[in-house]
Amino acid sequence: MFDFGIITNWIHTQLTSLMPEALAIFIECVIVGICLLLLYVIIAIIMIYMERKVCAAFQCRLGPNRVGPWGSIQVICDVFKMLTKEIITIRHSDKMLYDLAPYLVIIASVTAFACIPVSRGLEILDFNVGVLFFMAASSIGIIGILLAGWSSNSKFSLIGAMRSGAQMISYELSVGLSILTIVVLTDTMQFSEIVMRQADGWFIFKGHIPAVIAFVIYLIAGNAEVNRGPFDLPEAESELTAGYHTEYSGMHFGLFYVAEFVNLFVISSIAATIFLGGWMPLHIPGLDGFNAVMDAIPGFIWFFAKAFFIVWLLMWIKWTFPRLRIDQILTLEWKYLVPIGLLNLLLMVIVVVFKLHF
Amino acid sequence: MKNMDKKIDIKSKLTDLNAVWSDFGDGLYRIPAGDFRKAAEFLKNEGGFDFLRSLTGMDWGEEGLGCIYHLENTYTGENITVATADRNRDDASLPSVHDLWKGANLNEREAYDFFGIKFIGHPDLRRLFLRDDWKGHPLRKDYDQSLNPLNMKNELADDDAPSYELTKDGSYILKRQPLFNEEEYVINIGPQHPATHGVLRFCVSLEGETIKKIDPHCGYIHRGIEKLCETSTYPQTLGFTDRLDYLGAMQNRHALCMCIEKAMGLQVSDRIQYIRTIMDELQRIDSHLLFISCLAQDMGALEVFFLGFRDREKVLEILEQTTGGRLIQTYNTIGGVQADIHPDFVKNVKAFIPYMRSKMKEYHDIFTGNIIAEKRLIGTGVLSHEDAISFGATGGTGRASGWACDVRKRHPYGVYDRVDFNEIVLHDGDCFSRYMVRVKEIEESLRIIEQLIDNIPEGEYQMKVKPVIKLPEGCWYSAVEGSRGEFGVFIESHGDKFPYRVKFRSTGLPLVSCVDTISRNAKIADLIAIGGTLDYVIPDIDR
Repeated sequence: MFDFGIITNWIHTQLTSLMPEALAIFIECVIVGICLLLLYVIIAIIMIYMERKVCAAFQCRLGPNRVGPWGSIQVICDVFKMLTKEIITIRHSDKMLYDLAPYLVIIASVTAFACIPVSRGLEILDFNVGVLFFMAASSIGIIGILLAGWSSNSKFSLIGAMRSGAQMISYELSVGLSILTIVVLTDTMQFSEIVMRQADGWFIFKGHIPAVIAFVIYLIAGNAEVNRGPFDLPEAESELTAGYHTEYSGMHFGLFYVAEFVNLFVISSIAATIFLGGWMPLHIPGLDGFNAVMDAIPGFIWFFAKAFFIVWLLMWIKWTFPRLRIDQILTLEWKYLVPIGLLNLLLMVIVVVFKLHF
Repeated sequence: MKNMDKKIDIKSKLTDLNAVWSDFGDGLYRIPAGDFRKAAEFLKNEGGFDFLRSLTGMDWGEEGLGCIYHLENTYTGENITVATADRNRDDASLPSVHDLWKGANLNEREAYDFFGIKFIGHPDLRRLFLRDDWKGHPLRKDYDQSLNPLNMKNELADDDAPSYELTKDGSYILKRQPLFNEEEYVINIGPQHPATHGVLRFCVSLEGETIKKIDPHCGYIHRGIEKLCETSTYPQTLGFTDRLDYLGAMQNRHALCMCIEKAMGLQVSDRIQYIRTIMDELQRIDSHLLFISCLAQDMGALEVFFLGFRDREKVLEILEQTTGGRLIQTYNTIGGVQADIHPDFVKNVKAFIPYMRSKMKEYHDIFTGNIIAEKRLIGTGVLSHEDAISFGATGGTGRASGWACDVRKRHPYGVYDRVDFNEIVLHDGDCFSRYMVRVKEIEESLRIIEQLIDNIPEGEYQMKVKPVIKLPEGCWYSAVEGSRGEFGVFIESHGDKFPYRVKFRSTGLPLVSCVDTISRNAKIADLIAIGGTLDYVIPDIDR
């Protein structure tokens, strides 16, 4: 498995030989930041394009097919359109909070995005409490959504924001519990370490029953966490027109839109990382020839393949299922997912204590 | 329960109340305004006339302003028409019957709006369709059009409901009650809202997500079609019907043609009857498919939306081949149809029937059996049997509440008495029943078409009618089973080539009037499901 750490270390040594270390680290931070934002935008574009094509396929349609081959330039054109649109200010809105909200959402999204280990040695934020940091960073988005709803001076937005507050805070619990189940199995909270432990088998296989339960809970709760159908109540277009971002226009709306898609990717890639081995190829202990062939495929391809597989799974669910109602959503979380998640955690502890895992 | 003696009873009792039988067209009882309330109470409570089919405001010139009530006993199937009028044109007032038939609530508001008749005891006598600052009442014969020049100013809607109450000395006083309290959290669902399927506005008072009260506002697409009809010759009036319920163009026009033919005493050939019946059923399938699509879309299941549109396209192709229209069909004419069926019509319809049957399974697989759809639909928005009748909520909505209200069975027209089909009646009255009624009705419609399509008799597709059509004096009412309920046409003629008064019994108005009752204490999301399953079409409500 190729270690990108070799390249990054080489750049670091080159830079420190030319300039003082503080300056070198500063320049590295800037470069990493630019790369991160670039990757973020590229992922967003891919995700939006994918969403359109996938939902078209499910709905007996073709999807975008006019701009560029197979409509591939469509999203870029849309981004340009969005950039040229006027940002409308709403009368009697709380100007500062109104302008701040989309940035909070996007900051939360980018920070959570930075936690993902893309390939060996390609981790940006990677430290011993990475899981906790990820949970904390992704939660900031709720504040942005609540502020957006509150400051828009629109009743629809406010209802959307309140729904999303209730929903996202509730479902964070299940996301946390299912990640915690894996943390119990691995006894580490560092994402890169979690991936490394899966060299001899992905956790969904190693942790068998409790891991599969945790995976299912994570998919449901993660879907709800990023407000996508069937849990898209905060922006239920047939009820609240567009929910919390009803009053936003131009790139302010664009930021919400992009953040939603990248959040879906983040949720999917975390699922891929902690359950499906992240960038770790499929290894079957004992079959060395097979493992060698798998190792020949670069890690980032493994990672993106797994992440986009889960994205596709969630899109499938979104475009097929009707939307839930607010009380049903909360019932599902508090009466079913949380108790099951807690019991599952207990089960995992038993499995680990008695060494019943592979 | 209600036996044959009652029939004689009704006649003598009404005569006691100074009612006069008049052989005017279909025939009706004329009751003086002073005795009308008593007569209405008698008809409702003892006569068992629990279904107010239609309430028509009238301007009889010298004889004053009044109303015609078409009533039906849902138990025996008896019909009766009563009319009442107040000679005092400047300050006409009639007793309200909103407490006897809940459906009268909005209908009386409409009559007040168009004729200025004050209904004493009505709790909320606002205008229904026109602006609150409209001057005069447009369907009165003495209405001066110049009173209302094009108004470019914003309209301020009234925040309180006026009501007229009778005092002891026989006069009445105006009372005003606020619609919503200051502290209520009121949001506007509509007029521009994806779930109202058009320009309808619900003022919804919320407590959290729970609905406390709904106040529907109609009239955003009011085009004054009934007024327009009064200045059009009979063939000209046909064009308006297609624009009422745009998913029932065939049926609406069928009803109007039937009513005019009834008045003329014209019997149309079997071929025409067959063609009209098949077209009505194709239209019904078209409408129900759109119903499924829109309901699914409202609930967030976007895939089903496209499935519905895929299949609806097949129906529209068949209709387009013969009529040339997809939405506005303009097919039925007085005494026939516009053009003979296309040579490929029979072949295409026969290919469509097995296609549609096989596709129904897809809807059941993806939507009907879906756990979320079931959770959202079962048990929400329950409309009781009594309420359905009282509101006059016919069509799939009424049948889902256990009321066998199909006009095709109650008053057969076309060739419905010659085909074998089931009237789908479910008893839960919730959103899921309303959905299932429509889904099953698609299958029944296919059965009807299947029985007819091979046996279309030879004959003319257009009877000979005079170039200028004049109806004899009288008033007539005929109804068809539209895609979403009883669509009735009432015509009063004074022997001219223009109708004196045309009234279309809207299929959607009763459905909108029951939204408040069935949505209370439901969630916002339920309102969307309720609106979707009631399946109203706004241009049909607003006319």
